[in-house]
Amino acid sequence: MLAWTIYLSFAGALVEALLPRSSARLARWFALAVAVAGLAVAAVGFFAAAGQGRLVLVDLPWVPAMGIHFLLAADGISRVLVLLTGLAAVSATLFSWNIEERTNQFFAFFLALIGGVYGVFLSFDLFLLFAFYEIAIVPKYFLIAIWGSTRREYGAMKLVLYSFVGSSMVLIGLLAAYASSGAHSTGLVALAHANLPVGQQMWLFPLVFIGFGILAGMWPFHTWAPTGHVAAPTGASMLLAGIIMKLGAYGCLRVAMTLFPHGMDPWGFSLCGLGSWRDLFALLAVIGIVYGALVALVQTDFKFVIGYSSVSHMGFVLLGLMTLNQIGLDGAVLQMFSHGILAGLLFGVVGRIVYARTHTRELDELETMHLARRLPFAAAAFVVAGVASMGLPGFSGFIAELQILVGSWRMNPVWTIATAFGIVIGVAYTWRAMQKAFFSDRLPTPDEHPKTGWPDLGAITWPEYTGVAILTLASLAVGLYPRLLLDSIEPAVKALLAGGIQ
Amino acid sequence: MNFADLFRVTLPETALEIAALLVLFVDLAFLRKAVLATRVAVATLIGVAGCVAALALLPGAGSAGVSFGGELLLASGGIAAVAEAAILVLTILTLLLFVGSTFTRHTAEYVAVVLMAAAGGLVVSAARDLLIIFVGLELLSLALYILTAFNKHSEKSAEAALKYYLFGSMSAAFLLFGFSYLYGLSGSTNLDAIAAGIAATGPTPLLYVAWTLVVVGLGFKVAAVPFHLWAPDAYEGAPAPAAAFIASVSKVASFALILTFVSKLLHGTLVAEPLLRNQYLTWQSLGALLLIVAAASMVLGNLAALAQSNVRRLLAYSAIAHAGYMLLGVGVHASFAGQGSAVGFFLSTADAASRSANAVLYYVITYGLTTIGAFGAIAVVERATGSSSLESFSGLYKRNPLLAAVLLVYFLSLAGIPPLVGFWAKFNLFAAVLSSGAGPAPFALVVLAIAMSAVSLYYYLRVLKCAYVVDAVDASPIRVHPVTMFTLVAIAAAILVCGCFPAILQNWIACGF
Repeated sequence: MLAWTIYLSFAGALVEALLPRSSARLARWFALAVAVAGLAVAAVGFFAAAGQGRLVLVDLPWVPAMGIHFLLAADGISRVLVLLTGLAAVSATLFSWNIEERTNQFFAFFLALIGGVYGVFLSFDLFLLFAFYEIAIVPKYFLIAIWGSTRREYGAMKLVLYSFVGSSMVLIGLLAAYASSGAHSTGLVALAHANLPVGQQMWLFPLVFIGFGILAGMWPFHTWAPTGHVAAPTGASMLLAGIIMKLGAYGCLRVAMTLFPHGMDPWGFSLCGLGSWRDLFALLAVIGIVYGALVALVQTDFKFVIGYSSVSHMGFVLLGLMTLNQIGLDGAVLQMFSHGILAGLLFGVVGRIVYARTHTRELDELETMHLARRLPFAAAAFVVAGVASMGLPGFSGFIAELQILVGSWRMNPVWTIATAFGIVIGVAYTWRAMQKAFFSDRLPTPDEHPKTGWPDLGAITWPEYTGVAILTLASLAVGLYPRLLLDSIEPAVKALLAGGIQ
Repeated sequence: MNFADLFRVTLPETALEIAALLVLFVDLAFLRKAVLATRVAVATLIGVAGCVAALALLPGAGSAGVSFGGELLLASGGIAAVAEAAILVLTILTLLLFVGSTFTRHTAEYVAVVLMAAAGGLVVSAARDLLIIFVGLELLSLALYILTAFNKHSEKSAEAALKYYLFGSMSAAFLLFGFSYLYGLSGSTNLDAIAAGIAATGPTPLLYVAWTLVVVGLGFKVAAVPFHLWAPDAYEGAPAPAAAFIASVSKVASFALILTFVSKLLHGTLVAEPLLRNQYLTWQSLGALLLIVAAASMVLGNLAALAQSNVRRLLAYSAIAHAGYMLLGVGVHASFAGQGSAVGFFLSTADAASRSANAVLYYVITYGLTTIGAFGAIAVVERATGSSSLESFSGLYKRNPLLAAVLLVYFLSLAGIPPLVGFWAKFNLFAAVLSSGAGPAPFALVVLAIAMSAVSLYYYLRVLKCAYVVDAVDASPIRVHPVTMFTLVAIAAAILVCGCFPAILQNWIACGF
C-alpha cells in the first residue's frame, strides 16, 4: 500500500514533464492531486498499520547475482516520516501556487524529489536506499537554480556538492560493509546481522554517520543549509528543511547506527573528555544547537534566521540519536516530524506570504512596512509557528525537545545544560525576528501610510490559508496528543535498540 | 589450420568488409548525381545492414575459435563475444548519427572507413596472437586517424588528426617494441605460449620492460594519463559521429584487449606458477603500473574537466577519468587476484566468466553507449549554433525540450546518478574491486575513485545548468533530424532501462551470450 506513494510521485513527475508548457493551472492542480493522493496513501498506511511492527511491502529480487533486492518495508519510524513527507508535499505544493514560469517543469522536479524521499524512508535494502537517496539530490539543484532567488546558482551547486560528497562517503561505507560482510546481500537486516568486526565498525560508523549527517545539517558541515534554504524558492525550502534534512537524520539512525552499533562503543581512551564517537557527535550536535541559535540571532535576512534555526533544531535530532536510550530516540524521531512541519510553516510564511509580497527579506526594511497591520494573517501565522518552534507546550516541538532533553540528561547532564542555553537563545532569535518583521513600534511616515490607506500587498489566497492550516493543525494535533505518533515510534525504537544498538 | 574454420569465425569481419565495398560501389555507380541527403541515407542504410549481418553471423558460444598448430589465434565466446556484439551495436548507433550530417561529401568513404574500423575492433577483441593483435589495432587506428580528419573544411579536424596520428604511431612503436620483447622472452607470438614461457623463465627484468612498453601502447589507446594528450584535441576536432566512434567503439575494443592481456599474461602466469605469486612481481611491478596509470587518469581527468569551457573537451577529459575507473578494475585484479579468496573469481581461460572482467566490460559498454548519445546531442547543438562551447547549450530546454531531456539522461548517467546505468556500472565495478582481494590499497583507490566521481558531478552539472537554467540569447527552436532524434531517444531509453534492470545486461555479459 505505502509503496504507492513512491510510484504515484514518480508517475506524477513524468506526467508533469509531458504536460503542455502553457498551462500553469493544469500543472498546479495535477501536482496538488498527486501530492494529496500521496498523503492519503501515507495516512491510510499509517493508521492501518498502527501498533504493528515492520511490514514488508514489496520484496522482489533485483540483481540476484549480487543479492540486491527491491525491498520496500515500513516500521513505525518509516510510517511517521512517510506521513510527514505527505504533509510536506501537500503544503509545499500549496505554497508553490505562485510559480508562473515553467510550472510543469517545476512540479516535475518537485515530484521526482518527493518520490525519492518516500523511497528512502521505505527502503530496507541498502542499495535501494542509496539509489533513492541519490535520486533525491539532483532535482534539488534544478529547483533552486531555476526558480530560486538570492545567489541561487551558488546556493544550488553548494547544496548539491555537499549532498554528493556526503553520499559518496555513504557509498564507500556501504561498499566496504557489503564487501567484507560476506553476507552476499545488501539487505539492511542481513547486513546488520553480519557481525562486522568491531575495528571495522569503528571507522565505518563515523564515515557513514557524517555522510548522512552532512544532509542533516550537522555542525560543522551545515553551511550548505542556510545558503541553500535562502536561495531556494519557497516550496523547495519547505522540502529542504522539512524532509531533506530528515533524510540525513533518518540515514544516521537507520543505516549508520543500525549497521555499525559497535562504532559507538568507547574508544578505550579519553580525549578532552570525549571517549567515543558517540560523545563526539553529541558534542557536535550541542554545538550545532547553540551555534545555530546564536548565528540566527544576528541575521539581517529573515530567511537566514529560519535557515540557521533549522541547523539548531536539527542539532536536537542528532543529540537525541546519540542518547541511545528509548526516550531520547523517541524524541529524536518526533523532533524530525515536528521540525519538518514547523520549518515548513516558517518558510512558507516568510518565503511565500511575506517575501512574495514585499520583495525584500531584510529585517531592517521589513521593519518599516508594518506588516502586522497590513498582513495580520501573516503575523498571526508567524507567531503561532514561532512559539511552536520555541517549544511552547501544546505544540509538537515541546514534547519532542522535552524527550530529547530527558534522554540526554540520562546520558550526560552537561549536554542538557548546554542545550538549555540553545533553547533560551531560540526564544530570543524568534522574538527578535517577530518583533522586527511584524511588530515594529516605529510610527509610519505619511509616505508609507497615506490617507487613502495602506498600499495594497495583495490579499492572502486560499492556498496560503490552506497550507498554514494544515501545518498548524498537524503540529497542534501531535502536541496535544503525542500518542498519535509515539505509539508507532516507541515499538520501532525499542526494536532498534534491542536489535543492535547497544 | 583449417581454412573453413577461419572463414566461419571471421564471417562477421567479412560481412563488414563486403558492406564497406558495397557502400563504395553503390555510391559510385548509382548515386553520383543524387543529393547529399540521399547519399548519406543510402550509405548509412548499407552500413547498418552490414553490421546487422555481422551481428547475426557472430560465432556462438559453442565455437572454438581459430587455431594454428594448436595455438589459438582468434577466440570466440566469453569476453570476445560480448565485446564483438557491443562493438557492432555501438557502430550501428554511430552510423545512425551520421544521418543528417553535412560535414563531408564523401559519404560512402566515411561509412566504408567506419565499417573497416569496426572490423579492426572485432579482430582486436578476439585476437590471441601478438601479430593478429597488432594488425587489428593498426586497422582500427588507421581508420580512426582518417575519421578524425574527415571534416576537410575544418582546420581543427586536420590538426587533431595529425596529432592523433603522430601520437598513435609513436605508441604503436612502443607496443611493437614491447611485443618483440615478449616474443624474445618466450619464443612465441601466442599469448598462451607466452604466458607459459614467462612462467617457465621467471620474472626477468626484461619482462618488466616489455610489460611497461605494452602498457604505454595500450594506455594510449584508452587515453589514460600520461598518454592522453591526443584525446582532447581529437574529441574537439573530429566530426561528431567520428568522435562518438572513437569514444565508444575504440574504447570497447581496447578494453577487451587489455582484459585479454591481463588475464592471459599476468594472471595466466600467476596461476601456472604459484612460485611467482610473490609481492614483488604481482603488486610492485606489473599490475601496479596499471593502478598508477588509473589513479593518475582519475585525478587528472576529473580535475582538468573542471576547467573546460568546451563540451567536447569536457567529455574528452571525462573520458580520461572514466578510463581511469576502468583501469582500476583491471589493475586491481591484475595485482591482487592471486591473493586470498579472489582466485575463484578470476578467469584463467578465455571463456570462463570473471566478475571483474564482466564489471569492466559492463562499464565500458554502457559508457560507450552514453557517450555516443552525448556526442549525438552535441552534434545537433553544434549544427544549430556553430559551436560546442558551454554557452551554445544555453536555453536548450526551450529550444528543444526533448533534446534537453535526453541530454539530462546522458550527463546524469555519466555522473553516476541512479536510476541510470552509469550508477550501476560504477557500483558494480567498485564492488568487484573491493571484493577482489584483501588490503588497504584497493580500498584506498576505490575511495579515490568515489571522491573523484563526486568532483565530476560539478562539471556535468555545469553543462546541464546551461541547458536548463541559463536562458538563450537566440531562442529559436532547434530542429533535429527524425532519425537522429529516434537514435538519441532510443539510447536514453536503453540507459534508463539498463539502469532500472541492471541484471539483464549483467546476465548477458556473464553468459557471453
